[in-house]
Amino acid sequence: MSAAATTEKQQTLVIRPPSGFSGIGLGDLWRFRELLLFLTWRDIKVRYKQTLLGAAWAVLQPFLTMIVFTVVINHIGRVHTPIPYPLFALSTLALWYYFSNGVNLTSASLVGSAPLITKVYFPRVSVVLSPILAGLVDFCLAFLLVAGAMAYYGFGPPLQALLVPLFVVLAGFMALGLGLVLSALNVSYRDIRYAVPFVLQLWLWATPVAYPGSAVPARFQLLYKLNPMTGVVEGYRWALLGSGHVHALNLGVSIGTALVLLVGGALYFARAERAFADVI
Amino acid sequence: MSSDLAIEAQGLGKRYVLGERGRTPLRRNREEIWALRDATFEVERGRAVGVVGHNGAGKTTLLKILSRITVPTTGEARIRGSVGSLLEVGTGFHPELSGRDNVYLNGAMLGMRRREIKAKFDEIVAFAEVERFIDTPVKRYSSGMYVRLAFAVAAHLEPDILIVDEVLAVGDASFQRKCLGKMGEVSSEGRTVLFVSHNMAAIRSLTSKALWLDHGRIAADGTTADVVSEYLASTIDQEVSGVVDLSENASRQTVGKFTAQRVRFTSVSLLDADDRPVLAFGEETPLRVDMRFDVRTPVRFLELYVRVKTIDGQRLFTSFGGQLESTVEPGRYRTLCEIPENPLRPGRYAIELVARAADPEDIVPTALTFAVEAGHLEEENLRYVTRADGVIRVPSSWSALEPDDAPTGTLGDAARRVPARGS
Repeated sequence: MSAAATTEKQQTLVIRPPSGFSGIGLGDLWRFRELLLFLTWRDIKVRYKQTLLGAAWAVLQPFLTMIVFTVVINHIGRVHTPIPYPLFALSTLALWYYFSNGVNLTSASLVGSAPLITKVYFPRVSVVLSPILAGLVDFCLAFLLVAGAMAYYGFGPPLQALLVPLFVVLAGFMALGLGLVLSALNVSYRDIRYAVPFVLQLWLWATPVAYPGSAVPARFQLLYKLNPMTGVVEGYRWALLGSGHVHALNLGVSIGTALVLLVGGALYFARAERAFADVI
Repeated sequence: MSSDLAIEAQGLGKRYVLGERGRTPLRRNREEIWALRDATFEVERGRAVGVVGHNGAGKTTLLKILSRITVPTTGEARIRGSVGSLLEVGTGFHPELSGRDNVYLNGAMLGMRRREIKAKFDEIVAFAEVERFIDTPVKRYSSGMYVRLAFAVAAHLEPDILIVDEVLAVGDASFQRKCLGKMGEVSSEGRTVLFVSHNMAAIRSLTSKALWLDHGRIAADGTTADVVSEYLASTIDQEVSGVVDLSENASRQTVGKFTAQRVRFTSVSLLDADDRPVLAFGEETPLRVDMRFDVRTPVRFLELYVRVKTIDGQRLFTSFGGQLESTVEPGRYRTLCEIPENPLRPGRYAIELVARAADPEDIVPTALTFAVEAGHLEEENLRYVTRADGVIRVPSSWSALEPDDAPTGTLGDAARRVPARGS
């Protein structure tokens, strides 16, 4: 499918069987930018409709997990951190939930939008993008809690806290790259729906969210360094709390993986989306 | 390649592969079907074109290709101008959101700009007649309100080319009329319209040209009047004997696949007073519909309906056979529906048969067609009252003229009645 050739006033759209690689349709995404905003706004508005606690859920999730971690890891497991453990866990959990909810919601997004996809044309990538954008609102709410915890423990943000948004964006890109691939796969193979939450759970434990990188035994170091979320989480913690270090290698793995996932995901998505309406 | 063409299609085709995705070790066992094959046609700018054909003939596939929902397997289409497609009303409506929010969301989905929606918002809400509920979540709407709001948004789209699938099948009759009116406006404003419908009356009144798709191919392309009558003629494969075999009736497809089919009509015929099958009636003879059907599994609360329609599909009346309280055991059955006095004026009509038991069991929209021939009553009548005045004749009597000096309501006994049969 290719759109081109603009005459003076009127565009001619040529519809033909697709061949080879096609672009990801950034032009169309731009033309439909208002739709992307409406979808994002819908996701935000609908998420906590008809719930008693409403947006408090965005805060409760990381908060309650932090309490469990504090009891299990800190008190029972005796993992110690250079900064108060609750603050240590809470700050990274906020980011982790942004990432993992993003992956979860995006991978289900296309199938959840099946009625739209079979009935109307719009850039399919917008339903994948909107949960990532909408997730930022949840992250901001959870971040308020983190800010409260920092104040409680008397932690002033260091200068590098200005870099925090970059790490959030990196986590968002990582989730988007994965989401592009997983959502498209989920259209054909619903196995994804069962695999994703499970894998994310394992991934949480493989990532230094609940423990510092220094607690990882030597024989697991390679695995730890290859985990693309390590650089994101450690970098974010370093930026926000000034705790730990940023290893160039870890950060490089994270940025490299995010780029590969984004580009590869977009290409795969562009190829797969031709058949969405027929297969979904 | 003239630029006066809004749509130019060259050998468009779409192949689907049947069979479940996922665990398919034996790929060669997959069956392929061409939902659309070799479709070549042109649509001039500003013209309203109807698309007719049975379900599964490729109409929706064609619309989906032209509106870029799916890609063609072969061929090419050139489209000049912006396209708005309406394959369903209320696409993207979210039940939790208010009517107001949904108008914006749905409008954006159909390709409208926020500014455009804002400017037309009041008009949309007024058209849908839901002013009081506009801030209520649409999940609390009645289905009528929901459909009205959804259609109202779509009706205010202003693309160069409007592609519409069978969306008028929803909503109550008066709203359908309103929609038809709105669509008529759209096509008279010089917009190009491609309109799929099973309602031949709507196709006739809204479009001037038509395409007939049959098994994925274009069977006819020409003026609406010609194409529609050719299409209708093809749907009637009536046997000369007057007994119509319904086991393979093609019109079943137009109602979709939702019937349970525990009961299935096998044949139907019209009988004269001597029980002989006929294909034409005089005007004062009874209408007797003899239908036979198979019951495959025991059915409780069976209901049978005979519906008489014009050849265009306009429903005239329905005779209901009552609900059978007792269970009907599997087997072959027959029943006769008799309408003692034929109320139909001269012309061609169709009979639809419906069997229900809570849910539809079998629906044959065009079981058979028949003619009513003019007799002495109508020969006189037709000079004054044409078919356009109505197709049903009801007994009526008119009193003689008299001076209007008495209080109203006292005409009664004093009036000398003149028996008459009007239309």
